[in-house]
This record gives sequence, C-alpha cells and structure tokens, in this order.
Amino acid sequence: MSLLETLRSAFRGITTNKLRSVLTLLGVMIGVAAVILLLAVGNGSAQQINALITQLGTNTLTVRAGGGFGFSGGSGGSAASDTSTKKLTLDVADRLSHAGLGHVKAVVPQVDTSLTVSSTSVSENDVSLIGTTPNYFTVTTAKVGSGSAFTTADVTSAAKVAVIGSTIATKLFPTGSALGQTISVDGSTFTVVGILASQSDNGLSDANSVVVAPISRVQRSYTGFGAISTMTVEATSSADVPAAQGEVEVMLDQLLAYDPTTATGNAPYTITDQSQLLQTAAASAQSFTVLLGAVAAISLLVGGIGVTNVMLVTVTERTREIGIRKALGATRAAILGQFLVEAATLTLLGGVLGVIAALIGAGFTINGTKPVVLGYSVPLALGVSVAIGVFFGVYPAARAAAMRPIQALRSI
Amino acid sequence: MTGAAPVLELRGIHHSYGTGEAAVHALRGIDLTVVRGDYLAIMGPSGSGKSTLMNLLGCLDIATQGQYLLGGVDVSELDDRALARVRNRQIGFVFQSFNLIARMTALANVELPLLYGGVRSSRRRELALEALDMVGLADRVTHRPQALSGGQQQRVAIARALVTSPTIVLADEPTGNLDSQSTDDVLGILDSLSQAGRTIVVITHEDAVGAHAARVVSIRDGLLVGDRRNRPLGAPAETVAVA
Repeated sequence: MSLLETLRSAFRGITTNKLRSVLTLLGVMIGVAAVILLLAVGNGSAQQINALITQLGTNTLTVRAGGGFGFSGGSGGSAASDTSTKKLTLDVADRLSHAGLGHVKAVVPQVDTSLTVSSTSVSENDVSLIGTTPNYFTVTTAKVGSGSAFTTADVTSAAKVAVIGSTIATKLFPTGSALGQTISVDGSTFTVVGILASQSDNGLSDANSVVVAPISRVQRSYTGFGAISTMTVEATSSADVPAAQGEVEVMLDQLLAYDPTTATGNAPYTITDQSQLLQTAAASAQSFTVLLGAVAAISLLVGGIGVTNVMLVTVTERTREIGIRKALGATRAAILGQFLVEAATLTLLGGVLGVIAALIGAGFTINGTKPVVLGYSVPLALGVSVAIGVFFGVYPAARAAAMRPIQALRSI
Repeated sequence: MTGAAPVLELRGIHHSYGTGEAAVHALRGIDLTVVRGDYLAIMGPSGSGKSTLMNLLGCLDIATQGQYLLGGVDVSELDDRALARVRNRQIGFVFQSFNLIARMTALANVELPLLYGGVRSSRRRELALEALDMVGLADRVTHRPQALSGGQQQRVAIARALVTSPTIVLADEPTGNLDSQSTDDVLGILDSLSQAGRTIVVITHEDAVGAHAARVVSIRDGLLVGDRRNRPLGAPAETVAVA
C-alpha cells in the first residue's frame, strides 16, 4: 500500500467521525495553547520586572536615617535621646560627598514631607514633597520631562522653585501646561520650572505624584534644619556597589561618631541596595513563571488524556475493522501506517491550531502583562502533544494488528 | 472426479480453544481434500466445529495441530506477511454478517483487497466495477452499506471476495442473515461462479443451501461424519432435485 493510499485512508478515517476528530483536535489545541501562552505570560512579567530593575538603576544605594522602629525621620523637632551619636544631616551628606571615596560618584541628600499642594483652582492633599539637590535628577530615576531642573544656585539661594510629577501637573492644571505657573505648597508659593517624565509604577508609591524643590527651601519652610531622611549614593558602577557600601559605612560611622562594636541600641542609619528589593521581586516572578508552567503542563496532560481516551475508544471500536482488513490481506504494517497517519494528522493539526491560537493570544495584554512567547515552548508543547496522540493512537492499533484476524473480528 | 488437482488439503487437523482442563476441542482430527472447481458444502449443527474449520480454511486462525496445504503450500509455516499475501491472493471470504466497512462506499469496500494487493488505482476501480456488475449492483456502487439491504450487502461482500480472482471462495453461512428472496439471489450467484469454474466452499446448516453444492461433507463434534457427492464436478446445479 503506497503512502498516498495510506494518507487517503487516514483522511477518510478522520472525516468520517467528525465529532470525535473535532474533540481530539480541541483537546490538543487547548493543551498546546495553554502551555505556550501561560509560559509567555510568566516570561513577560519576569521581563517587565527586569526592565523595572534596569530603570531604577542598579548602581545606587539608599542611606536612611534611623535603624529601627519608631524613628520619625524628617521632622527636625525630634530630639535624639542618645547624645553620643549624631544625626544624619545635610552637613554629613556634604562631608560624605567631599570625602573623596573611591567608589562613590555622587551623594544626593533628601528630605521628605507630605503636604497640601494647590493651584488657584485645584487642591491636592498629602502630596509627597521632596527637598533635594539638582543631581537628584541625574542619579535617581526621576528625570525632567519638560522645562528644566532647578540649579545649584537655586539651592544656595533657597529659591521657591519646584519640579513637579506628571500626575500632579495634570491634576493641578487640567487645562494647560503647568510650566511657569505657580503652585501653593502649604501656603508658600512656588514657581513650576520643570515637569518630571512619567515613570512606570514600581508598586511602592506613586512616583508621578510628587513635588521636588531645593533642599534648602524645604528645610527652611517645612522640615527644619535637623536630620535629613535619606541620601542616595551613586556608585561608580553597578559592580562597585558593594565597595561603595563599605566605604560609606566606614565614613558615616566616623562622621556620626558611631562605633558598631560598642554601641547599644539602633544604628543611626541603614543602607539598602536599591536593586535588592527588585531582585526579590524578580525571584518571585521566576517562581510565578514556574507555577504557570506547572498549571500549563497539567492542562497539556489533561488534554493528552483526552486525546488518549479518544484514541483508545477509536481503536477498540475499530478492532473489528482491523480484523476485516486483515482478513482481506492487510499486513500489520499497512494497518499500523493507517492509524499512525491518522493520529499524527489529528494531533499535529490540533497542535498547529493551538500554536496559532497562542500566538494570537500573546498579542494581547493579559492582566497588565504583555506575554513574551518563549522560543522553546512551541516545539515542546507541539512535540509532547503529538507524541501522546501518536503513541496512544498507534499502541492499541499495534496490539489489534498483531492479533489473528479471527480474534479481532470476534471483538465487539 | 478423476485426476482433478487438489486446491486444499487438511491432514489431521486438531483445534482447541483455551488450555488445560478448560480447553474446548473444536476439531478432533479432520482430513479433507478439495479439488479445483469443486463446490463443497460443509454442513453440521451449531457447535459441531464447522465455523472453526472455516476460519482455519480462510487463514483467519491457525490450527493447534495438523497440516493445512493451500495450493500445495503449508500455511502453518508462513509468517504474518506471507499469510496476509495468501489471504489477499488465494482466498475470498464471505462472512455471515457481511463485515463491510460501514464508512466506505460499496465500491471502496470492493476495492479494499486490491488496495492491499498493490493494484494501482485506475485498475482497481475497473476490477471492482466489474465485480459489482457481476453481482448485479452496478447501480449501487456509491452507496454505503447502511443504505443497502441485507441481500445487497452480501452481494457487495461476494463481489469483494471475487475481485482478486482468488483460488478459492469461502462462504461462512452466507445466507444466514438473509430473507428467502435474497438467499435465492446469493445462491444463484454462487451457482454461476461454480459454473464458471471457481472452487467454492460453503458452510451452512440449511439443507436448501447444501443442495446447491456438488459435494456435501457433514461434521459433528469436531469430526467428519459424512461425505456425499450430489453430482459430478462441473454439472449444473439445476439437475439436482432440491430436498
């Protein structure tokens, strides 16, 4: 029996029982599509987090005032109970940046508070106000989108200028540009000199709803000249971050007269690596992908069991047909060939449809994640489903084909 | 029956199902020779072993003991591939329950043995149409089995058995599932095949069917108990009075 005849015979088998064929096709299709798509979603979210890490910068350290609980950083009124150690102040930050540390490129001091900000028509409560220096805009992820940053001269003169986040800009000035307008921060009037470029949400706070002003002005008007809340330290490169951390620790201990070996109570500062948090997030995204992969594998397995079931029923049903064919002179090979082609065609067709469905599905954003199809998932899903279909289509047929014709004819 | 060549020879055939104490001995030593062009009926009550004998003759099963020579070749020695070839070329089998493949047209069913015999498509069609014409179903070739009456289905099955011009046509209770009109049609076809010189072996428990045969062999409890010749080889069936 020629290959063409085998193909023709197999296609006749497929088209005769349409419902069964469609169900098999559907089982394979859903299994394959689920594997590819779920892995793509997992991969997509992992990539999203990686992009976020890159965006936040992997070469910065954050030095926060206070080491433990209950420290009300920012407000200058808080009195230190421990007189032996000093507080993290603007002066400390200046000295740190001028200490000539080998792996430190820049030190950006920062004070934070939360105040009501308003334009002539709109008022917003609890807007995060950040007092800092101009290099804030180069070191951190906050970049000036339009207008310009305030200058060192502005810091020196404690100018009433501000760079505001894109969200707050649209809220306060819904009709026109906020640039050059004045805003009122807790009663004081500031001129808007720049608007920050829109930042993606990092899940911690709304980075687009901030007002950034010279640190001197913020300290004078709101927080006082006491402790600052954080310093962002930029290392010379991301590889130098650990070295920079060591240098900063030694220098700060010295500047703050803090000796970790003898001191009791909390350290006056804590240092966190910016990327640490996001590495944790990346790890959780990885386990998310694994979880999705497991769910997908289960759906492929269930689809495979469905296909197996259909194939087994098909062969049992057709054992008599196999008997007839053998009685008419079919060899074992001819019968196996027919069932092999039938099973392979069905599962391959279902698999290809599944791949197409998955690729179409990957074009949409699913639950805020843009799926990115993993290259290996396509041949993997396709291969597994076809292997299952072919094995369970051919194995029972092989058993039936090995029977004497009379045994096959007597079944059912 | 002088000097006619034997088409099939059975020597000391035993066949049993199962093993040990549960074994059922269906055939207990059958010796039978059928010559070319004969029309043999094997008759016996149910349980006599006649169907088992037919399955062995059709190479659908292998005897547990004894020799079966088909055209001088010992069939029990053959492997799966060679057996498939014997079933395809030498034997045309007509079943009681027709055994047509339901999802294929009459024509495709008749073409099937030719397909396995490696005959190319156009020749296959030609031969199958010829065979269907011979059984009077030239106008039913595109019908599927369920669209045909029992008698028509059995005629398709006969066409399928004939299409490869086999050495021997075996029919296992070919009229068992048919009404009397269809029975007459089918027996008429077998008669004309016999006239044309085909070797035919029919299994039946109906005397009316046995009366068409030139030679009648009786089987009971796995043994041949009678061998009667109704008429000489090649004589037309009409000369025999139906019992």
